[in-house]
Amino acid sequence: MSETCKCECGGKDPKLEEILNKYEQDKSNLIQILNEVQEYYGYVPMKAQEAISKYLDMEMAEIYGVITFYSRFTLKPKGKYNVAVCLGTACFVKGSEKLLDTAKEALKIKEGETTADGKFSLEATRCIGACGLAPVFTVNDEVYGKATPELMKKVIEEYKNRE
Amino acid sequence: MKTLVEIKKIREEKRKELDLRVNLKASTKEKHILVCRGTGCTSSKSPQIIENFRKILKEKNIENVRVIQTGCFGLCAKGPIVIIRPEDTFYAMVKPEDCEEIINTHIIEGKKVERLLCKDVDEKLVDRLDELNFYKKQKRIALKNCGVIDPENIDEYIAFDGYKALEKVLTSMSQDDVIKEVTDSGLRGRGGAGFPTGKKWMFTKMAEGDQKYVVCNADEGDPGAFMDRSILEGDPHCVIEAMMIAGYAVGASKGYIYVRAEYPIAVKRFQKAIDQAKDYGILGKNIWGTNFSFDLEIRLGAGAFVCGEETALLESIEGRRGQPRLKPPFPANAGLWQKPTLINNVETYANITKIILNGAKWYSSIGTETSKGTKVFALGGNVVNIGLVEVPMGTTLREIVFDIGGGIPNGHNFKAAQTGGPSGGCIPAQHLDTPIDYESLGAIGSMMGSGGLIVMDDTKCMVNLAKFYLGFTVDESCGKCTPCRIGTRRMLEILEKITKGSGTMEDLQNLEDLANNIKKASVCGLGQTAPNPVLSTIKYFKDEYIAHIKDKKCPAGECKALAKVTIDPEKCKGCGICKRQCPVNAITGETKSPHKIDPSVCIKCGACVEKCPFKAISK
Repeated sequence: MSETCKCECGGKDPKLEEILNKYEQDKSNLIQILNEVQEYYGYVPMKAQEAISKYLDMEMAEIYGVITFYSRFTLKPKGKYNVAVCLGTACFVKGSEKLLDTAKEALKIKEGETTADGKFSLEATRCIGACGLAPVFTVNDEVYGKATPELMKKVIEEYKNRE
Repeated sequence: MKTLVEIKKIREEKRKELDLRVNLKASTKEKHILVCRGTGCTSSKSPQIIENFRKILKEKNIENVRVIQTGCFGLCAKGPIVIIRPEDTFYAMVKPEDCEEIINTHIIEGKKVERLLCKDVDEKLVDRLDELNFYKKQKRIALKNCGVIDPENIDEYIAFDGYKALEKVLTSMSQDDVIKEVTDSGLRGRGGAGFPTGKKWMFTKMAEGDQKYVVCNADEGDPGAFMDRSILEGDPHCVIEAMMIAGYAVGASKGYIYVRAEYPIAVKRFQKAIDQAKDYGILGKNIWGTNFSFDLEIRLGAGAFVCGEETALLESIEGRRGQPRLKPPFPANAGLWQKPTLINNVETYANITKIILNGAKWYSSIGTETSKGTKVFALGGNVVNIGLVEVPMGTTLREIVFDIGGGIPNGHNFKAAQTGGPSGGCIPAQHLDTPIDYESLGAIGSMMGSGGLIVMDDTKCMVNLAKFYLGFTVDESCGKCTPCRIGTRRMLEILEKITKGSGTMEDLQNLEDLANNIKKASVCGLGQTAPNPVLSTIKYFKDEYIAHIKDKKCPAGECKALAKVTIDPEKCKGCGICKRQCPVNAITGETKSPHKIDPSVCIKCGACVEKCPFKAISK
């Protein structure tokens, strides 16, 4: 419980309050709230879970159960650059497994992990809907279509050289 | 707030203004440049294309040309797509830096930019959209407005008969009239199971409850399917209108649409559409002075495939883990918060307004005996024209893959197609002439599914494919019932064993037995259908399984553990390209003499196989 949030607000994050206050104190709003929290922090920090628990009058265990059920919610922060390889069927058939292998090798992490310096995380995602560009990977919001292992290597190198 | 009279006026005026969108012969000096803003084209920079067009038009003081963002045109493989109407010129793979040339040549000089014209499969340059083979056998009903209107502009929707069906229902039809029309149309659930839509509506209407709900299932989970997303992105109002009609018919005043959070553009556009409809007084209390009130809210999914199952979806809307409920009671009787609830899929709703306006008789004249209307497919994988297609039921798979899809690229052969995603089955070449309808697909071991249609060429290993789908199911099993939670994992382990070359014939038998038991004993649709990819690949490609088990070989060369990468000394010229490609330095050899691969170092990545100019390396 010693976790601090990234905005150095001293534990009371006005943005978190703002997210909560948008919703009625109704348990059915839990997933909506978690989606916004995940979006804002990049994960669901413990202090947000505590705040939600108080706000919706729910057990922490119940909230934890929901967070771990849905793949969009994570308990750990992602890297500064999140490399996501689409493993939807259209991309899979076009060889996205090779892209994932290349990324694993280049970053020396497995999918679902973050590099020790917090710079990169790697994710295998379901269909992102750019099937016309298959195989596809993304780095944060940037989409790389008709990708090859060579492109993956090149892109990761580029990001390694960034701040 | 707009009265009915005001809305009719908007419809008339706007329709005239937009005539050039659908009428190729429109006599006007105006031009509309339509740019696809679906997810596919957006990720290849279509927003910058729109921005550039607008900037250049402004700089050059051109006033009679408008730039419009639209939903998906369907031919995603050629994106980003730009279409200029009324002449219907189709420009493919446009880059932001091409905008200047299009304005100068097409708009100012009145000539076509030849290098950007779309090439058909036969390499013929096509300058009009309707000349493309891709569109010839299609019939757009659910996708009628996609690629025609600006989805963020309610007036454009109204111009093309938008909210006219709602008006007809509220002013001249009883609840039973509406249900009868839907029942008579023969429309069946487009989520995949194919339950008659009219019956569902009837059950919900008959159920007793002080509050009823209408839900739209937009949790499109099949990886490789994007029909529902494209409808929400391209024509969100048609789903709102249909949900309202459904609400009126079953007696519900509140609706929820459950959309995947992974579809940000769809979510944003749908919210905008809701806001616009509220602003016009179309959504709200006592709509157009009638007794009917309707409110609509978006609920976001959070990445759980099982939430596409209707009762799991309800659990999720209520804010809990998306675990399915036991049925009965069915949602029609005890759904959201135990109240009577109608759940339909996006594409099902997208057909409703057209059925109400054109009549059940018209709709039921399209399709086959048991499956009426059209079906939208997301065509993907090893096929030339990747994209979104809508065809009448009864169209054969061959027509979809070869006539519309343009066949298999790179000189390869068709091996199989998978419909229904992780719940469906593969369809081999001998069944290519099967007409697409619910019964025929079921009879050959697959299913209609929600519309994912993945084509595979002869380089694909079917055992590996079955393993891929099982891996997906194992990840997505919610854990509620044992057959699915544990059974699918055991199946995956057996498949892993086989693809590593240590499987036995007994394993194959166990795999089949396990599959049949899981189908019978699972609680919900996810578990009941999860074994389908395995069963269908065993049915049609048993020899491949046997090759993995007995010969320790992967005939397609995809299963890494079984691959032996070798260089044919006869063909190798010693150019050294493979040596430079190899990431682990497993290849040795002097220049101009045959090279060798050290199997103890080789990781079988296949990089050398692809790069060898003499095709001397095989896996």
